[in-house]
Amino acid sequence: MSIDNSSFKTNLSVLIALLILTVITVLVAQVDFGIFNAFFAMLIAGIKGALVLMYFMHLKYDEKIYSLIFGISVFFVFVLYFFSKLDIITRIIQTSVL
Amino acid sequence: MSNYLNCKKGLFSWLFTRDHKRIALLYMITVFSFFIVGGFFALLIRLELFKVGETIVNSAFYNQLMTYHGAVMIFMVIIPGIPAFLGNFVLPLQIGAKDVAFPTVNLLSWYCLVIGAFVTLTSLFLGGVDTGWTFYTPYSIETGTAVIPVVLGAFIMGFSSILTGLNFIVTIHQLRAPGMSFFKMPLFVWSLYSTAIIQVLATPVLAITLLLLVAERVLKVGVFDPAMGGDPILFQHFFWFYSHPAVYIMILPAMGVISELICAFSRKRIFGYKALVFASLGIAVVSFFVWGHHMYVSGQSEWAGIVFSVLTMLVGVPTAVKIFNWIATMFRGSLKFDTPFLYALGFLFLFLIGGVTGYMLAVLPFDVHVHDTYFVVAHFHYVMVGGSIMGIMGGFYYWFPKMFGRLYNEGMGQLGFALIFIGFNVTFFPQFILGINGMPRRYADYKAPYEALNQISTVGSWLIALGFIVAFTFLLWAMFKGRKASANPWGAKTLEWQSSSPPPHENFLETPVVTKEAYE
Amino acid sequence: MKDNKNLAHHFNSYKDQIRAEKIGMWLFLATEILMFGGLFVGYTIYHAEYTKVFKVGAEFLNWKKGAINTVVLLFSSWTMVMSIYYAQKDQIKKCQMMLGTTLVCGFLFMFIKYLEYSHKFHEGIFPGIYFSYTGSAFVEDLPLYFSFYYLMTGLHASHVFIGMALIFWMLIKTYKKQINSSHYMPLEYVGLFWHLVDLIWIFLFPLLYLVE
Repeated sequence: MSIDNSSFKTNLSVLIALLILTVITVLVAQVDFGIFNAFFAMLIAGIKGALVLMYFMHLKYDEKIYSLIFGISVFFVFVLYFFSKLDIITRIIQTSVL
Repeated sequence: MSNYLNCKKGLFSWLFTRDHKRIALLYMITVFSFFIVGGFFALLIRLELFKVGETIVNSAFYNQLMTYHGAVMIFMVIIPGIPAFLGNFVLPLQIGAKDVAFPTVNLLSWYCLVIGAFVTLTSLFLGGVDTGWTFYTPYSIETGTAVIPVVLGAFIMGFSSILTGLNFIVTIHQLRAPGMSFFKMPLFVWSLYSTAIIQVLATPVLAITLLLLVAERVLKVGVFDPAMGGDPILFQHFFWFYSHPAVYIMILPAMGVISELICAFSRKRIFGYKALVFASLGIAVVSFFVWGHHMYVSGQSEWAGIVFSVLTMLVGVPTAVKIFNWIATMFRGSLKFDTPFLYALGFLFLFLIGGVTGYMLAVLPFDVHVHDTYFVVAHFHYVMVGGSIMGIMGGFYYWFPKMFGRLYNEGMGQLGFALIFIGFNVTFFPQFILGINGMPRRYADYKAPYEALNQISTVGSWLIALGFIVAFTFLLWAMFKGRKASANPWGAKTLEWQSSSPPPHENFLETPVVTKEAYE
Repeated sequence: MKDNKNLAHHFNSYKDQIRAEKIGMWLFLATEILMFGGLFVGYTIYHAEYTKVFKVGAEFLNWKKGAINTVVLLFSSWTMVMSIYYAQKDQIKKCQMMLGTTLVCGFLFMFIKYLEYSHKFHEGIFPGIYFSYTGSAFVEDLPLYFSFYYLMTGLHASHVFIGMALIFWMLIKTYKKQINSSHYMPLEYVGLFWHLVDLIWIFLFPLLYLVE
């Protein structure tokens, strides 16, 4: 349970951090980092997501089981991505042996 | 004495019940009704295939028959069959709880199943559907038949499955009786837990896939349509990401039932309890990494095929652990060959054949040879019918005295089993041979040399039907007229048998306290 | 706490019940993540395949509107958290104010979404076969990008809508005095759902509006 460990100050600082990061997202998108563009965009989104999860959704204070459930669900999204992508990229470079 | 069956009266006390035992019986009625419907489709399919050429149905109608047979049996019978019917009844009893964690959600999930099934079957009046239960694109986008109601129905039934799984996970975490640690839980509970993990994690992907398919048909969004730059094989990836783990939604709870049956009728403690637990969890996890073995010849890259082929073979390890442990449990036990145990033995025999042929199909080059032949049909019927249906029937006979407080006729139970078991092998073993010889699946017709084996197969289907008629008739009779059963007719060790038969409204008059290991 | 009126009959304690409900809620969120995950996976795969097309598509979008919507949702997440904060302190008036602000933010988000959609429709950018834009920026396979745009933002918007309905329900509950410091959990669950909706938008915004 998360009674009262979410103090007024923390929540406000998290909100401010999130807003600043949003500004950074937009600014970073104007600069060209070549292949790292998507990387930076996702990195910032990841930090923002982590803030929301840890503070607004209380994962930082709560029992670990909730974080575990969240982690597993994200992991299986990556499983879906990994094998679908594995098929698609090897489809192009393969030389048929059949 | 007041029990859950007679504590309240009237139709509405059933339709709005939140008692897990009553909901289980609602599921029982639904599941077995649809089983009869799906079985009827199967009989028509076999009848059409009795002779070469068009006999009773034309090929367009045949395509619909095989689609509905698949969709009904999978989405409405086997997936809810053990978890939602037997699991709902037994799980809270086995862990000493009064109910599942969210009784209202439990009822809601039954309504999802019924509404979903209703939506699916409305397609029958809109011209039917002929895509097969897999709804492969691009055909499912192009065909003029009523794909949308079937897909939406499956979507709604998916919620039923998700909610059941969610409910079970929470129930197992939070409602175990005092003293029942995780490793004192009966194996059926563990298998339901593994199943629930798959239900929660895999079904949402089916939901989004089906929504995309609806969007594809309504708006032609092109995600799976090569004409618009989409990739139809991606549909298969998404679909099998759910539907392969779904195969384990069907078989894992059956394995749990078999563990209970073998333990109870061998009158011994289970051999290798922890190994069986981890085998269940292992199968659940590995099931997410193997889906591509359905797609060897779909145009998926060969490299992906090789990876999936190797990963698929991993499934054999925990499965074999289970089979060896069951055999070791029976070794030097004082076996009692009652009907439920016969179903358990039937499971072992049939599932072994299903499993070994599954292993053969995991091998990429062999699968390329027999892909989309009757070999595959025979394989998955050995697993699904020989596995899941044997599990449902065995479990139903086993917990029947607990559910209704009455005993069925043992002789007729055994006769039913004998007919089903023999009929099943007569039906499906020839299909292995047909498949090896190259008879393709899903066609309404075949070449003359295949006729003899097809006729044997059709005769077998009649035996199966007869077996189920015998089994259901006498079970139905026993529900109302059977001899009164004692609290523990089998001398089994798990908690549900400590309550009276049938159990009172909140399962136990006094909350049980667990001190012993499972099956001790 | 045995006599708590919010305790369901089959739980031993209110604490047990809360834990059960929270696990249930997180499992539900997990299903949401996997459902949206399917779309994200599809998007990522096609983005790699049609990088240039998706870049052209993103230029059609007004990133300013997207950024404003991001700010709106982040702010609403904060007000949601604060409503729970005040509920825990039994300051129900402030809790209602925060919930009300969250609801207004939801409407604002939907309104901006509506402006965006109507602007697209005006240009003939409809989903799927109804796509009729033939302007100078057209490239082959452009409809595919907008299919994802409409599917992802559409599914997300439907969740915003559901979230708003839930928040409205919570608001009613506060007026009925059913939310207080000893029973504020429904608020917390609605909050979790609302934050998830926010979380998904945090990823949707750079993916759809700012892609290269």
